[in-house]
Amino acid sequence: MYNDSIKELAAKLQAKQISSVELTDYFLDRINRLDGGLNSVITLNTEGAKKAAVNADKIIAAGDAGILTGIPLLQKDIFCTEGLRTSCGSKMLDNFISPYSATVVEKLNQAGTVMLGKTNMDEFAMGSSNETSFYGSVQNPWDTSLVPGGSSGGSAAAVAARLAPIASGTDTGGSIRQPAAFCGITGIKPTYGLVSRYGMIAFASSLDQGGVMSKSAEDAAIMLEAMVGFDPKDSTSLERPVDDLSADLNKSIKGLTVGLPKEFFADDLDPAIRAKVDEAVDVLKSAGAIIKQISLPNIGLSVPAYYVVAPAECSANLSRFDGVRYGYRCDSPKDLEDLYKRSRGEGFGEEVKRRIMIGAYVLSAGYYDAYYKKAQQVRRLIRNDFIEAFKEVDIIASATAPSVAFGVGAKTDDPVSMYLSDIFTIGVNLAGLPGMSVPCGFVDDKPVGMQLIGNYFNEAKLLNVAHQYQQQTDWHTRVPTGFGQE
Amino acid sequence: MSIKTEDVINIAHLARLAIADENVEGYTSDLSNIMGLVEQMQQTDTKGVEPMAHPLDQVQRLRVDEVLEQDKRELYQSIAPEVEDGLFLVPRVID
Repeated sequence: MYNDSIKELAAKLQAKQISSVELTDYFLDRINRLDGGLNSVITLNTEGAKKAAVNADKIIAAGDAGILTGIPLLQKDIFCTEGLRTSCGSKMLDNFISPYSATVVEKLNQAGTVMLGKTNMDEFAMGSSNETSFYGSVQNPWDTSLVPGGSSGGSAAAVAARLAPIASGTDTGGSIRQPAAFCGITGIKPTYGLVSRYGMIAFASSLDQGGVMSKSAEDAAIMLEAMVGFDPKDSTSLERPVDDLSADLNKSIKGLTVGLPKEFFADDLDPAIRAKVDEAVDVLKSAGAIIKQISLPNIGLSVPAYYVVAPAECSANLSRFDGVRYGYRCDSPKDLEDLYKRSRGEGFGEEVKRRIMIGAYVLSAGYYDAYYKKAQQVRRLIRNDFIEAFKEVDIIASATAPSVAFGVGAKTDDPVSMYLSDIFTIGVNLAGLPGMSVPCGFVDDKPVGMQLIGNYFNEAKLLNVAHQYQQQTDWHTRVPTGFGQE
Repeated sequence: MSIKTEDVINIAHLARLAIADENVEGYTSDLSNIMGLVEQMQQTDTKGVEPMAHPLDQVQRLRVDEVLEQDKRELYQSIAPEVEDGLFLVPRVID
């Protein structure tokens, strides 16, 4: 049952072959038995989940069930959950019991899902390996000496190990797609503004976007559709109708054009990764897709521009953590400045402090034009490249990450080398486009992901291509050793 | 482009972050490396390019000025480090 799709689980629930209470117990038991070596879940919601499951069973009995009624899931610990600790992976919020829920959480609750718990993550979503978490690193279920990627590393590892049927994630520079690739699962980040950011703890507000980490594109379409929609509580939420994201899943991709940016297939791309992506592109070609070489001339500036925009916005967003109203407060502060400085100095980890300082530096008097304004200009150039590319092609394909999962500790002493592991994903956030990662094979028994990028609001098309790919391949059904039994 | 130790001390103060003296050197080197990466942007000519604030060039939405939130002071203060009579307490600011 651990490998069942959402549709299969929903069919079993509605046919009363299993109750939501039983299904919830089944996955809580898997977490309790199997998560010890992974550390993917940091807060269990045992009682809340059981209550929600009882309620879901009543809705099913009344014949009012939707596709997600009674389906268990995990929430990334960046989403505020009323009455349940919301830590964002930080000591700063280790004692924070959220007084309200994020819109995403509300929507998924209303859809009848059962929240099993909250997943581990890089502190405040800043990291690419899940090693910056206050709660310790997450281990990759394919090989526990490896990182799961980040920042949504807990959600990625948990779904890969089948500790839950599906989970939420967030993506500011690749934080859904890169861990999905490292853990051999499917992940989607939609167009900026589709998923409400209300109650999703802010890192870089012009880039942050919630999304889904799942076993398959079909599952992702179902959950994402329940998450999107205009929210007046988020000032950047887009006022547009919700698309039927599953409608195009079974459409043929014959005649669809797939662009391969030459900058993402440069000579220094690891040949083993390249071979897997080439094979995946061949699968799309056999299904009738037309492959085209394209160019994104400014994409090489994504990482530099990102490390101005994201830290600048993070330094502003994280100024709210001041030790006064909630969260961590230092012991016996001698005055107000000491309270601010020590609460923040002790409450934040090293990577968060580095990024706050970079942000404060690039925004400090006299530097605005050289850094923030310049980065926003580069951002437009990057977006314009994508707009030009989408005049020629329907979707863009590449590797999700330049390597497979690396070893725990391999990059922790070198922030810049860590940052470069998001080299293929960051441009999508700067442009605000939707992006996915789908598993496309293994190199030395480590999963490889193919990234698919769509034009604005083309989530249904992305999911269509991913689903058609997954009809021809079985990489997404593979389960790591030790997790493939009931 | 290189960040100096006095820059780190100044930025940490601006950001109200207490950092230990023995870590200043490490931050100086890390921040210099990060700014080295950032400097690659300067290679590109961006003269006349309009800075991009929102991917879809959306502007801030306005709303009717009406009270929607309920008073939840007690709930919000129940998770505060220190409160008294409905006020958040901090060390004395004015003697």
